[in-house]
Amino acid sequence: MTERATTMPPAIAEIRIAGLSETTWRRIGIVALIAFGIALPFLVSKYQSFQFTLAMIYAVALLGLNILTGYNGQISLGHGAFFAVGAYTAAILMHRFGVPFWATLPAAAVICFILGVLFGLPALRLEGLYLALVTLALALAVPQILKYFEGWTGGQQGINLIKPKPPEWTGIDKDRWLYYLVFIVMLIMFRLAANLLRGRTGRALIAIRDHPISASAMGIDTARYKTLAFGTSALFTGIAGAMSAIVIGYVSPEGFGPFLSISFLVGSAVGGIATIGGPLVGGLFVQFIPNFANDISDAAPWAIYGACMLICMYTVPEGAIGYLGPRLGRLLRRFASSSS
Amino acid sequence: MSGPLLELKGVHAFYGTTEVLHGVDLEIEEGGLTALLGANGAGKTTTLRAVCGMVRVEGEIRFAGDRIDGRATEDIVARGVAHVPEGRGTFTGLTVEENLRIGGYTRQKGAAETMQRMLGYFPVLAERRHQQAGTLSGGEQQMLAIARALMMAPKLLVLDEPSFGLAPRLVEAMFKIIATVRREEKVSVLLVEQNASQALELADHAYLIETGSMVASGDAKKLANDPQIRRSYLGY
Amino acid sequence: MHQLLQQIASGLATGAIYSSLALALVMIYRATELVNFAQGDMAMASTYLAWTLMNAGLPFWAAFVITLVSSFVAGVIIERVIIRPVQNAPVLAAVIVFIGLQLIIYAVTGWIFSYEVRDFASPFPDKPILGALINTRDLGVIGVTLVMLILLYVFFRYTPTGLAMRAAAQNPVSARLSGIRVGRMLAIGWGLAAAIGATAGIMVAPVLFLDPNMMLGVLIYAFAAALLGGITNPLGAVVGGLIVGVAENLIGTYLIASQLKLTVALALIFLVLVFKPNGLFGTMTVRRV
Repeated sequence: MTERATTMPPAIAEIRIAGLSETTWRRIGIVALIAFGIALPFLVSKYQSFQFTLAMIYAVALLGLNILTGYNGQISLGHGAFFAVGAYTAAILMHRFGVPFWATLPAAAVICFILGVLFGLPALRLEGLYLALVTLALALAVPQILKYFEGWTGGQQGINLIKPKPPEWTGIDKDRWLYYLVFIVMLIMFRLAANLLRGRTGRALIAIRDHPISASAMGIDTARYKTLAFGTSALFTGIAGAMSAIVIGYVSPEGFGPFLSISFLVGSAVGGIATIGGPLVGGLFVQFIPNFANDISDAAPWAIYGACMLICMYTVPEGAIGYLGPRLGRLLRRFASSSS
Repeated sequence: MSGPLLELKGVHAFYGTTEVLHGVDLEIEEGGLTALLGANGAGKTTTLRAVCGMVRVEGEIRFAGDRIDGRATEDIVARGVAHVPEGRGTFTGLTVEENLRIGGYTRQKGAAETMQRMLGYFPVLAERRHQQAGTLSGGEQQMLAIARALMMAPKLLVLDEPSFGLAPRLVEAMFKIIATVRREEKVSVLLVEQNASQALELADHAYLIETGSMVASGDAKKLANDPQIRRSYLGY
Repeated sequence: MHQLLQQIASGLATGAIYSSLALALVMIYRATELVNFAQGDMAMASTYLAWTLMNAGLPFWAAFVITLVSSFVAGVIIERVIIRPVQNAPVLAAVIVFIGLQLIIYAVTGWIFSYEVRDFASPFPDKPILGALINTRDLGVIGVTLVMLILLYVFFRYTPTGLAMRAAAQNPVSARLSGIRVGRMLAIGWGLAAAIGATAGIMVAPVLFLDPNMMLGVLIYAFAAALLGGITNPLGAVVGGLIVGVAENLIGTYLIASQLKLTVALALIFLVLVFKPNGLFGTMTVRRV
């Protein structure tokens, strides 16, 4: 038999911009972002590196919230609770049991996942608004619970931690070292989330969010997905919490009040609650806006949060990335020439 | 009054971007009883919704000479259109008497007197005056819905499938009530029905709608005797 | 025994406040199927208004009435401007708007009045009566709440507007077909809820002391009360409020330290929603299929 050509021309003409496909461009974009992230600490001061580190931590926390509320439609006004559990898990393990800092992350992940699933089970019976209510009550109760178990949590005083020291051979300072540690974890978490949400699981979650009855009629085990979504979401936010304890070096009940949960909600909404890239914007928002606003007045951060929430919902309910994402894609395609 | 009481000219209706009525024309003279017939999903209810401003329309709808297309439902109702929707729309959480009082909400005066008259037409409602409307049977709720509509002292009574879900004996009674009410209250009626034969007996004029377009119209008796209509819609 | 009765009596007084706020929540829920997360802070802002008026020299009851009327107007405006755009939007958008509203009210009030804790004078003297079973202040609170509840009951049951509002809440489409301006009814509902909240805030301020965080805990208890009574049931809200008030007092005195109070409220809300989502009284309407 004579050899045949085994490659077929693509059924749909691939869009190419300047000779490269869309997927390649997207990859280039991500690589550029990562490169920028690597360079950043050396472009800014030590303190600013610290601030960006916190922004990245918030981004991971918001990613967790997006999985649950954005992609799966379960409204959580209490994600600060999981953040707190992650933070205190790390703090107690390091302070009381001398566990090395990097081991606290998996521990926080496991504990928060279990807690999330435990919370997700009764949450199955709660619809939108009611779930929001219960999680709000949870957010309000967290500082009280933390203070109550003084023996473990150090009560009002909190727990002081020693921040990890950078190894000698790297030659960089503590703040920048922590930045890179968090940076790596953040990349891993975002990669995990992307894999999860862009595949079958993501589609199932979205189906459950938008058409729960149809979804279960099609054979999707809604209960399993919803509880796992809760657990996974808690896992992400818990890891973020653990990192925050390590990076800040201190935990106390005040830092985990209801306003933390509200900050998460605002950050998610502003960035785009049903997006993967949104948390990056949201994380920057949550970290830097209160700083700017504090210069104006003590109360200003909240007023700005409130105003942002309202403006966002009236004009761009899908958030920054939710709004820009498709439009950017469309814009790029206008510059494209189809097929090669 | 000179022109028709209700007039639809070239009305297109949309649910979202889907067009469901394609250029419908309809006229009701004052004092007349007009039947709008058609199969399930033909567009009868949509036509009624269009009249009451509950659905997006293009085209002209006039009531007593004034344009009402594009106006809010409350406005249209205030001009004298009383619509008894599919499923009756009873306030199930309120008592029978409260339902009637709601009917009289827009009236400055005369409401109490009308209520007495309604209770006279429908003694069963008088009996169950203080009962929660949700506990009434289907036929009783239908009577309550009609009574509530009449409390508004309307010029036009719009009825959407009043016989729906009623046992055959009750259906007959229902149509008798409609005839009585039309006569005594001197109100014009637009009647949408799947039960074509009884509706045609009652009506002066009839329209036939099929998948969003009017396919026949004219004197009710003539339509009832038209062999094609009889075959398609009356079953004999 | 005497102490038990005392605790129950003062529990009824706090319960009356929870009942009021719960009633406001139920009203808005019935009309819109939305929970007003901002109710507590709206009440708080009203209380600050009353405080300002009294500070300017007005006698208590004059300040009270003016505050009530202003709160009503504010409620109407908030409904028209802020809530109406998201009424038919997805739940998440509405929740975010409510919380945004709450934040703004909180921040603006804090900015104007600062966050220091203040005294708020009660119109009722603090004297024990009935053999030291209850004091006049608690009795006053119960009395005011009772009067308000009676007025509301009469309004909804016997006036045409009250009837129209109930109809509009139950079945907006049929209400429109009866010529009722549903939008206007909604706005009035918000106004009333705001006025009720203002009453609750003013009654509770002497006990909790006036500061922007004052109503947060009260709101959670009011949620619990509303849920306990059945979120669509006004009578349930009242009874639920009294139960929560008495329970809070008894549990706080005899069982758990007061630091865990909010946790108890959380547990209560949780249990009610999971085991009896329709509350003790559920929905009272009967529907024939």
